[in-house]
Formats: sequence, structure tokens, C-alpha cells
Amino acid sequence: MTNNLLRVRDLCIDAPASKGPIRIAQGIDFDLHRGEVLALIGESGAGKSTIGIATLGAGRGGAYIAQGSILLEGEDIMAKGAARLRSIRGLRVAYVAQSAASAFNPAHRLIDQVTETIISRGIMDRPAARSRAIELFRKLGLPSPETFGEKFPHQASGGQLQRAMTAMAICAGPELIVFDEPTTALDVTTQIEVLLSIRQAIRDEGMAAIYISHDLALVAQIADQIMVLRHGQIVETGPTRDIIERPQQDYTRRLIAVQSVALPTRSSQPVMLEISGINASYGRVPVLHNINLSVAKGRTLALVGESGSGKSTLGKVVAGLLPPDSGRVTLVDRPLSSSLSGRSRQDLRDIQLVHQNPDLALNPRRSVGDSIGQAVTMFRGLTNKDCSREVAHLLEQVNLDPALATRLPHALSGGQKQRVCIARALAANPRLIICDEVTSALDPLVAEGVQNLLRQLQEDEGVSYLFITHDFGAVRAMADEVAVMRQGSVIAYGPTGQVLNAPQDPYTQKLISSVPELRVGWLDDIVAARTAPQNARTEKMT
Amino acid sequence: MTKYLLKRLFAGVLLVLGASAILFFAGELLPGDFASRMLGSQATPEAVEALRQSRGLDQPALTRYLMWLGGLLQGDLGVSLTNGREIGPLIATRLSNTLTLAGLAALVAVPFAVGLGTLAAMYRNTWFDRLVLMLSMVTVATPEFFFAYLAIAFFAVQLHLLPSISIVTSDMSFADKVPLLILPVLTLVVTTSAHMIRLTRASLISVMDSEYAGTAMLKGLPQWKIVLRHLLPNAMSPIAAVVVLNLADLIVGLIIVEAIFAYPGMGQLMVDSVSKQDVTVVQACGLIFAVTYIVLNMIADLLAILLNPRLRYKS
Repeated sequence: MTNNLLRVRDLCIDAPASKGPIRIAQGIDFDLHRGEVLALIGESGAGKSTIGIATLGAGRGGAYIAQGSILLEGEDIMAKGAARLRSIRGLRVAYVAQSAASAFNPAHRLIDQVTETIISRGIMDRPAARSRAIELFRKLGLPSPETFGEKFPHQASGGQLQRAMTAMAICAGPELIVFDEPTTALDVTTQIEVLLSIRQAIRDEGMAAIYISHDLALVAQIADQIMVLRHGQIVETGPTRDIIERPQQDYTRRLIAVQSVALPTRSSQPVMLEISGINASYGRVPVLHNINLSVAKGRTLALVGESGSGKSTLGKVVAGLLPPDSGRVTLVDRPLSSSLSGRSRQDLRDIQLVHQNPDLALNPRRSVGDSIGQAVTMFRGLTNKDCSREVAHLLEQVNLDPALATRLPHALSGGQKQRVCIARALAANPRLIICDEVTSALDPLVAEGVQNLLRQLQEDEGVSYLFITHDFGAVRAMADEVAVMRQGSVIAYGPTGQVLNAPQDPYTQKLISSVPELRVGWLDDIVAARTAPQNARTEKMT
Repeated sequence: MTKYLLKRLFAGVLLVLGASAILFFAGELLPGDFASRMLGSQATPEAVEALRQSRGLDQPALTRYLMWLGGLLQGDLGVSLTNGREIGPLIATRLSNTLTLAGLAALVAVPFAVGLGTLAAMYRNTWFDRLVLMLSMVTVATPEFFFAYLAIAFFAVQLHLLPSISIVTSDMSFADKVPLLILPVLTLVVTTSAHMIRLTRASLISVMDSEYAGTAMLKGLPQWKIVLRHLLPNAMSPIAAVVVLNLADLIVGLIIVEAIFAYPGMGQLMVDSVSKQDVTVVQACGLIFAVTYIVLNMIADLLAILLNPRLRYKS
């Protein structure tokens, strides 16, 4: 028996479409050895997940293997029919989904789902399976492992669910696990813990893994091999260190370059927006405590923090969507009413909001031109010809073809849709745009394009940004000043370079040190740095 | 959760009270008078007045309403206007007949509809699925009486298989009653299943595209196990709600079917009493229907909680 576990040759995958099937992955070749981790990396639509799921003989949305072979220990998994394929799934090849929160069944307790495969296949009886699951919960660092499994999915946090999902995949002792963006939905501080758990578990159990991600820095910490994909084809593949340090292809170089752009220091400007003493709550639950911030004219203030820290809530307060309990928002010299209904047309025009998810922010039944045109008509009173001319001008400003005006949102890509949302915000000629995680749902290169666009617009139009994000790369690239939020309070506030490069408080330090760096061995350094003080302490004691 | 249940229970009591008021005062508004109708056109005004007095109708409406409510609290439904007998025992046998019919219909219809809906969802977009959808559409659009007469024409008149009227009496054994019950039950099953089938199918399909269905598939579970263990429990809440509401509809909808098959149930009693202008009996029947409806709705809400772990266990 060779060490080679999985051999994929000339894999082509088709998906059904209205005009006949389209090819979504083509000519994929790779070998995966036992105990090895292969990372699949690329933008969305690159075919990463498609290839990952294909190793379980499955496809989303009716996608199917059109050509080529997937050999597991020399046996073609597709050759022997559905029943044989089912016997491989879960037992020999297991899958960990991106969003464990929706991948777990809400109706069953976690432990029942974790042990389902081994019990239903008769590999272990119930008590043995449960103690195996509890052992895995312990190994993956879940709190009170004996009782953790009794929870329903809604009772556990995102990070816990992701670990439980890993436990579920490992439980039957498969030879291969496919991790499909397992930490993408998590905060940076949680991500690093889950990543460590996953890496440890893979090493302990000696299984092979396919690790799918769009974050190159992240996979550099866990993968032995990296395969870069684009448009369903291999761009390049090789050992991790080679790809990171000596990329051969231009596309890979661009992916690596994205991670290191910084905004130059700019001159200071008069204050545009002043937020003073804001306290706000949802119902009786207080969420913001005494927030004092200001945004300068033509400059960017970034709000960073983990989910639930109150960043978006502050954005809502500024936009007038959530009246605060106390405090004031002042635009240049005029105080803004706390509620939307109390604000004048001019107030509404001056502050615009761009959301995280352009799919939800655009009316799916309205053409792009209509969506932007409505804002043009409402805020500037332009109609008919004047309006269409202005819409075309706005689309050009966000680097889109004016011909797109007739399209419906579903015919655009994610990046294009986000540009449309930005154009709609610009239609009002605002002084301040609140950007709420505008690049979070986009691929790195697309996100970079949107960031460049926002910076360009700032240069041209002198608009200010309140830039809400959890991505420190975006902060460095966009923001003159940054405010770090935690549990509804600002705990660090100042010029970007100062706050990020020399963080004063322990939380900001932890947050920044949790952002994966694009070099092999970064995670090992973190682990070493964590254990070092402990060793020093034990040495002192002895 | 206890707080929610208490709130729901309180709302239920209020609703019943409201229903009783509407029933009572709507009865007051009805034109005509039972006494002159009962005694015929030859009756003297004195005789009519005496009859009215003997039934307590000379008192003001509000007093009578409060007395009626007081009686209801003690389980006393009052007396029939026409024959002066206690309504309670009169309704008891009728109610048990109605519950037998509705219960049998539910016993057949619910598993039949949920099963058929599940199969339709599993074989989505096949000819089987389309057939089920089309037939359920047809039965929704067909009025009960039309289907009932169709069934009578075919099974009773043409084939002589089953009786066309279903007069059961209390001295019949259950086995004797069964052939009499088949046609009414069949009519009810056909006319109530459609909603349940369509909703079962729709709720299953909505969870079929969920990620946890994908997880179960990638665990290597067979299709039937995925449906039974992973999909049905999550689709159950809306299904249970529509099932219970349909049961409520079933009991209330019995009026027509009972009238057609001359089945001695509540519905028929109500229809008879309306034609005799026996308002107190109509009110009592109406109240029982209202209570059934409200209680079943409360059960639907309760099931929605019990079937959803997110509501049962706080995070």
C-alpha cells in the first residue's frame, strides 16, 4: 500500500444552467498523501468548494462530475454506484462546512449529530460513541466537554459550533477531511483558536485534509501544499513555502500583494462629524457606552472590533436609524436630530449608508439604473434625460460601464453590486458615507478594487468615511484614524499607525496579534509566545 | 415560557368570552320569534306571550346573557326554547357522534396528507409530484357538497356498495356504524387533505435546501433517513400548525357533510335549530364550535413551541 491516499486526475465538473451545462472546474490534477494538508485557495467562483465536495462524490446545485477520476486508495469513488458512495461519505471522507451554525440541524442535540455516523453505521454502540465524542470535545478545547454535547446548536457560539463540527467529522476516524472555509465566519481572536484546534486534531489523528480558504495567510499556517485556483482551473500548485515566498504566476503574486497596502499619512482637516457622549440600547439592553469620536473632512475613521462590539450600532445611531438614549451627533456645526423623522432632507442627503451585503441592499426587481436614479431624483430633483445622464456619470465614477444601468442586480457580480451601492450613495452628493463592512463579503482582489475606488472618490469629492470593519488589512489601507471597540465602548482611538503598530491596551494587542501574517510559521510563533511565559513561570517556581 | 403560556391561556379565555357575547347578541338580533312559529298562525297573542314568559324571554337581554354565562360556568347550557328540555343531554349524543366522525376523518386524513406531501417533496418535479399537486388543487376548488353528492352518485347509486344516508343510533355497535361512516369520512378526508399535503410538501422543500440537509447527505445517510430524522423535525412546526387548523376546520365544516348524509351530529342539530328558530340551542352549538376552534388554535401554538428547541431551551 502506498502512502498516496487520494489521486485526482483530469477532474472536470459541470453545473446545469438554462443554456445547457457550464463547466465550473476543469482539468484538476492532484495527489494527497496521508497526514498531508492541501489548501485550495482562490476567489469565490474559483471552484474551491466544488472540488472539495467532489471528493465526497457530491455536488451543490446539481453540479456533477463530467469527466476524470477521483481515486481513494486506488478505487474510483464514482464507479460503484450510490450505495458504495454513501458508505464512503462520513466514514472515510468527511466534510466540515463554512457556517457550522447553519450546517448543524437545529432540531437535535449536538452530541447526537456528532455520533450519528458511527452509530448508524454500527461501528460503535451509543455509550462508546458518546464517550468518543466527549473525548474529542475535550481535545478540541470545548468548555465542559462532558455536558457540551447536550446543547442544541442555538445554545453554542460560532467558534464552539465550528469545533463541534470538526469533532463530528473526526468522530468516525475518516482518512480525509474536507474543511470548507471553517473559520471565515469567525472573529480573528476566535479564528486563531479554532485553527489551532483543527491543526492539532489533524496531526493527532494522522488524517489527510483538504483546507479550502480565500485567506492565503491563514492556509500558510496549516497547509503542506497550496493549490491556487481561478475560474475553475489550477493557476499554480506547490509546497506552501514555495507558493508564499516564490510565487510563479502573476495572479498568485497579486493575491500576496493585496495583504500589504498602507495608506500614507495625510494632512489634518477640520472636523466634519462629531459624535459626543452617545449611549444607546436595544430595548432595555445597553449596547453603547459614552462614545466620543470625530471624523475629519475628506478623511476616514475606521471602527474595528469583534462581532457584537457595537460598531454597526454606532453606524445606525449616526445614520439616525437608532435614536440614542443620550448624547449628540453633530454634522459640521448643526446638531442632527436623534431620529430619522426629525432630520431634514439636507441631513438625510449629507449622510449615506452602504451595507455589507449588496445582495440585500439592492431591490432584486429594480434595474441598476432605477435604483440609482431614484436617489438622483429624490435628492437632486433630476428627472428623465437629466436623471439618466447623471446615472451614467455615477456608474462611470465607480468604474462601471454605463450600459449596466438596464441590468437587474442578479446579472452583476458581487463587486459590481457593491459599486452600484456606492454609486447610489454618491447620488446624494453626501458629506459622509457610512461604510458598514462594505468589503467583507468580497474576495480579496475585488475588495482591494473597491477600497481603491473609495479612496479615489475621497480624493475627488472630499467625502468623509465612517468605515466599519473587522479587517485590519482594510483599516491600514483606508483609515487615517481608527477606533477599537469592545463591548460597546471605545478602548483605543487615534491615528491608524499609532493604534495598530504600538497598541497600548492588552485587548487591541491581542486583536492585532490574532490577524494571520503571510509567512510560514506565524502560528508556531504564536504558540511559542504563549507557552514561553508559562515555562518561565514554572521555571521560577522550581 | 410559562409566562407565554399563561398569556396565551388568558387570551383564549377572552376570546371565548367574546365569542359567547357575539353569539348571544347575534341571536337576539335574529328576526322572527320561536313562539309564534311553534304555536302557528292560529295562536292567540296571550298564548305566545305565556310561552315566551315560561322560557324567561321577558327579562332584559343583558340579564339573560349574564344568567347564560353563569349557567355555562356550572356546565349548564340552558334549555331549548322549543321543547323546554335541557340542552346538555341533547347535545351530548350529537357531540359524541360528531367527534367520532371528525376523529375518524382526522385519523385517516393526517397520516395520508403528511405522507403524501412527504412523498411529493421527495420526488419533487416528477410526474408523481405534479399529479399530487394537481389533484390537491382540484379538491381545494371542489366544494364539499359537490364531492359528497358525487360520492353518493357513484358508490351508493351506481355501485350499491354503500348507503347514501348515515343515520346512526345509539344502540348500534361500532361495527354497524362503520359502513355508514365511510362516505362522510371519505368526503371529509378528500376535502381537508389538500392544504395539509401542499403545506407538508412546501415546508419540506424549504428545509431540503438547507445546509444541514447537505451535512446529512455528506454524512452518507440514506435519503429516507435524511427526510425522517433531519428534515421532518424541522418542517414539523408549520405542518403541525396547519394540521391543527385543518382539524378545527374539519369540525366546523362538518355542518354541510352531516346535513347531506343526514348524520345526527352537532352540525345537523344546529341546522335544524336554526330552522325552528330555537336560538338557545343554536347559541350552545355555536359556542361549542367556537371553543373547539380556539382550543385547537392554542394547541397549534403550543406545538410550535414544543417542536422548536430554540423556543423550548433559551440559549
